This record gives sequence, C-alpha cells and structure tokens, in this order.
Amino acid sequence: MHTTLAWIDYLIMVIYFAFVLGIGFALKRFMKTSTDFFLSGRSIPAWVAGLAFISANLGAQEVIGMAASGAKYGISTAHFYWLGAIPAMVFVGLFMMPFYYGSRARSVPEYLRLRFDEKTRGLNAISFAAMTIFSSGASMYAMAKLIGVLHIFDPVVHALGLPTGYVFHLSILVSAVITLGYVYLGGLTSAIYNEVLQFFLIVAGFFPLVWLGLKNVGGWEGLIAKCPPGFGHAWKGMTNADTNPLGVEWFALAMGLGFVLSFGYWCTDFLVVQRAMAADSMTSARRTPLIAALPKMAFPFLVILPGLIAVALPTPTAVEAPTSASASVVEADALGHGLIPAKVKTDGSIERDSAGQPVLDYDLAIPKLLLHYFPAGLLGLGLTALLASFMSGMAGNITAFNTVWTFDIYQAYIKPEASDKHYLRMGHFATLFGTAISIAAAYVVASYNNIMELLQLVFAFVNAPLLGTFLLGMFWKRATANGAFFGLLSGIGAAAVHHGVSLPAGSVPGVKGAWINRGAEFVANLAGWSPRLPFHAYRNEMAQNFWTAIWAFGVCFVVTIVVSLATKPRPDEELKGLVYSLTKHDVEHGLPWYRKPEVLGVAVVLMSIALNVIFR
Amino acid sequence: MNLDIRVPIGLLFLSLGGLLTGYGVVTHFTSPEIYAQSLDVNVNFWWGLAMLAFGAGMLHYGRRAVARSTAAVGAE
Repeated sequence: MHTTLAWIDYLIMVIYFAFVLGIGFALKRFMKTSTDFFLSGRSIPAWVAGLAFISANLGAQEVIGMAASGAKYGISTAHFYWLGAIPAMVFVGLFMMPFYYGSRARSVPEYLRLRFDEKTRGLNAISFAAMTIFSSGASMYAMAKLIGVLHIFDPVVHALGLPTGYVFHLSILVSAVITLGYVYLGGLTSAIYNEVLQFFLIVAGFFPLVWLGLKNVGGWEGLIAKCPPGFGHAWKGMTNADTNPLGVEWFALAMGLGFVLSFGYWCTDFLVVQRAMAADSMTSARRTPLIAALPKMAFPFLVILPGLIAVALPTPTAVEAPTSASASVVEADALGHGLIPAKVKTDGSIERDSAGQPVLDYDLAIPKLLLHYFPAGLLGLGLTALLASFMSGMAGNITAFNTVWTFDIYQAYIKPEASDKHYLRMGHFATLFGTAISIAAAYVVASYNNIMELLQLVFAFVNAPLLGTFLLGMFWKRATANGAFFGLLSGIGAAAVHHGVSLPAGSVPGVKGAWINRGAEFVANLAGWSPRLPFHAYRNEMAQNFWTAIWAFGVCFVVTIVVSLATKPRPDEELKGLVYSLTKHDVEHGLPWYRKPEVLGVAVVLMSIALNVIFR
Repeated sequence: MNLDIRVPIGLLFLSLGGLLTGYGVVTHFTSPEIYAQSLDVNVNFWWGLAMLAFGAGMLHYGRRAVARSTAAVGAE
C-alpha cells in the first residue's frame, strides 16, 4: 500500500478543478436576474434536475457516513434508501411538488408564508439557514480530517514549507474557495450542472472499487461469509431491538426512519426541493425526484458495500505496513476490524472506550479501501470522486442558504422592495459570507465518530416536526397559521426534551443526550442534594435519533391540530393552489402513459419493494 | 441557455479516460508491479477505456442537442 500520490493523481484532480470552475465561468454571462441566480431561470430539464437532486445530498454524510454505517451495521444501512429515501421521493414528486412548483414560491419557507403566515416562515427560514451552514461546515470538516488522516497531502504541505497541521487548514480553504468560486459565478445553475458532473464522477470513482472488492472477497456470498453475522440481511431480527445490528425494532425503524426522518428530509428540505423547483415545467418538477429515485436505489451498492468489504478483508498486521508508516498508524491498523483502523487521538495514542476496547474509525472505510486497491492513476480518480462528493454537498448547502437568506430573511425582514439587481448582489454577497461562516462551523464540529448520526440528530430537531406542519398544511385546509407555528415550536421543543432525557449506551451525559438530567443534578448539587436522575437508555445513537424524530413529529402533529381547531380558519378562497382539496389537479395532457409521473412513481415503488424482499 | 451539461461531462470523461488509458499502457511496460494491489488487473487501462466510451457518448448527444437548439433559434 502506498501513502504518497503520483504526478498523475494530482493531474486528475487539477483537471477536475479546472472543469468545475470552467462551468462557473461559462455560466457567468447568463446570470442577469435574481431568478437566474437563485432559480436557474426555471429552465432545467428533468433529468438534470433529477441527478442534481440526489447529488446535492451526496455530500460527506452520504459517501463517508453510509460506508461507515455499512461497516458498523451491515446491509441494514440500506434502509436509509429502500425504506427511507425512495418512498419519500415518490411522495414528494407525486403529491407535494404541485404545491411547491405550482404556488410559484421561490423557496420552502416562502411556501410556508403563502400557506400560513410570516412567523412560521421566519422560524423555518432561520433554523434552516443555520442548519445549512452547519451541514456544509460538517462536510468540510469531514473532508479535511480525512485528508489529514490519510497523510496523502503531507508532501504538498511540506513542499510549501508548512507544518503537517496545515493539511487540515489547506484542505478546508482549497475546497471552500473552489466551491465558492463556481457558485458565485454561476449561481444555482452552476451548482446544479456541477452536481450532475460530480454525480457521474462519483460513480466512475467508486464503481471499480466495489468491483475489485467483490472480486477479491469472492462475490456477494464470499462477502457475507466474511462479515459479522446479520450483515447480509436488512430485515432479519427486526422484531426486537436486541436481535439485529441496528439496535432498533421494526416500529422505530419504519416510523422513525422510514416515515418521519426520510419524509421530513426529502419532502421539506429546501436543499433538495430547490433542485426540483428549478425545473422547466410542472411535469419536469414532478418527475425530478422520481428520476432521482432510480439511481438512488442502486446507491447502496456503491456507498454501503465498500463498508462491508472493508470489514470483510483481513486486518493488516504490523509486518505488512509500509516502512514509511508511523508507529501509531501501524498500531491503529493492527487493532482495527478488517481495514477499519482504531481511532488515533491527536497525541498519537489509541482512543479506547470505557471498557478499554479500541474505538474504531468507521469514517475511514472508503479512503482505506481506495488506498488498498487503487494504483496510481485510478487512485487520483477515486480521491477526486471523494472531493467531488464533498463539493457537491457543500454547494447544495450554499445555494440553499443564499436563496433562503436573500428571499426569506433579507428581503422579508431587512430590506423589502429593493430592486432585483440589489437582491442579485445580495445573493453574491450571501454566497461569500455563507461560505465564510461554514468554514468557521467546520472548526466547531467535532466529537462524533459517525457524521451521519450527528446530522440525523440535527434533522430530528429541525426537520422532523416540520413534516407534521407540511402534511397538515398541504392536505388539511383547516390547519391555521397559529396552529402551524405553535405546533412547530412544540415539536422542536419535544425533540430537545426527548434528547435531553435519553442517552445511547456507552455515552457520557452531555452533547449525546441526558443533558436535562445532568443540568438538574447540577442545580440540585448547588442546593446541597446529590440525586441521580434516571434517563432512558437506548442501545445506540441511531435508536435515540429515531425516537427523537418520532416524538418531535407526533407532538407537532397533535399540537397543530388542537391549536388549529381552536383558532379561526382562513377562507377557502385564499388557499387555492396551496392545499390539496382546493386545487384543481391538472391532468398532464398529451403525455404518453409511460412518461406520466404517476406511472414512473409506481414503477419506482415496486422496484424498491423488490430490493427489500431480495435483501430481507 | 446554450450550455448543454453533457458537453463538459463528455470532455471531462474524455480527458480523464484518455489520461488513464495512456497511463495504463505505459505502466504496463514500465511498472506492471503497481497492479498487484488491484488483483493484477490493469484497472487504469480498462476503466480508462470505459470512461472514454462514456465521454464520447455524452459529447455526441450533447453536441447534437446544442446543434438542434441553435438551428431552432436560427429558424425563428
């Protein structure tokens, strides 16, 4: 295994960077109005919007996090796709897109203003803007950390005369500047076009990895035989939390992940919905998530299988290590599981849990596998694919942020009724400072060994209750503005409270949960008592997140209904085009049956069911 | 908008594919030992070829679409 890159690897990266910036420059001259910049002039064909729809989500949490979960939980991780994402994508395409696209809202918060009122929109806009910055910071942090751990860019930094610690800073700066560059130049169109490019590049980079890995371990049969028990089944043992790798039972899985988290994310998150809103027609907008669902279904094979392959391979022994490797790296590899090494702390020692076992660094599954299989040349392509995924995720966040900031915060509360040119300038400016704050956020993010779980937690606080608001807003005309607002607030509150009184196994109270208990104990200590307040223990962070989401959604749903019934309804006349029962459903005339969104939707659902049955 | 995304995708895959294929041919003679880790498959050469084919297809369809839309604009 080599630990340095050849000239060809750098050349491939440089060519890729030149292309993404080139696309930005080529699109610059088309960015004349704010609609061009924020909505791509509503001119994107369905297949382009569809690939951008999944690519924008294909950031750090997807590629690194899914392989990490694959290595930790096995093929059950595919529930995030076949039980979670796919049904949600079909739902948003068939039932919700008519209101997003048809209402001519420019953003998801703006739809909330049209349907409910200003305060619901404000709450959503501000929490969403904060979340995008946080996600893009997390994405950057993950990438910089990876690059640091792999030591592949150390020679570059040394050549510049800088200490090794600068690899982290330099990676963040370079990726941020390039992403900023192409979004600044070409707005949403540039982000979308680059997402499509990145989509193909990611497939090109990871496909040979999976092929070589499967060939090496002896195909699917060989892989499952070499993995821990249960890794080859997605549904086996789901009746009880103790008998499956995920540590959750079927209800929490179906309700928490399949319904609340997935529908909450794919149906209400402006980051992905924005791609469909940029489509060139209503039919295209509806087909966007459905077209996206097709490659999405195959993604577990590309991003989860590498995790399984990494645990199936033999653990490297000290003898095999390259002579250049430092002692801590060799020790970390030898203490790992398969190719997954133990976590090394900044002082070079191995991180251990409370039982003295080494803590595994699952996030390294894909990078370790790339270094294991790819020779010079293809390694450059694989690392470029990894960088592409980080950039597409980050660009998705930045474009969603600049739109929500400009339309839903700046135009709404700071400077209404300025010229279109003014908002276009503000969009450029928001792209700049959005990137700057996410760099700051990258330095704040730390302490979780699985990025996915951290992001799921954030989504549980912000997105899960939002699903209740949207479902009631779109499909129940009696839902009122005050109902939505107080429902949303109490849902976020419920998420926080649930997180505050529960804790995953093996964690210390604090950021991982049970902070309410700890706070109360602290106050009691001041008063001279020392009680131990019990908290609810979950088997792992995933189970805790699913239940946080279920509580948040449930409380939001119930409170919205109760408050709505107690407040005055809006007249039907004002809700036309915003609520299902009051909107004329224009049947798409002149489309052959096989191009109708409904037919595509049913086909996608059937395929997803088939995958669930095959990998049961 | 007169930029079809298939054109830059095609060009990128042609450049990267060409680069990998060429590198695969050269290393086949100069340093075949680097393919020990990829199970003795010259992955650079074969995957480079696949990327070339994909790039050529993308470029072809992208250019055809641009030509058609330009022709349509010219006819107006």
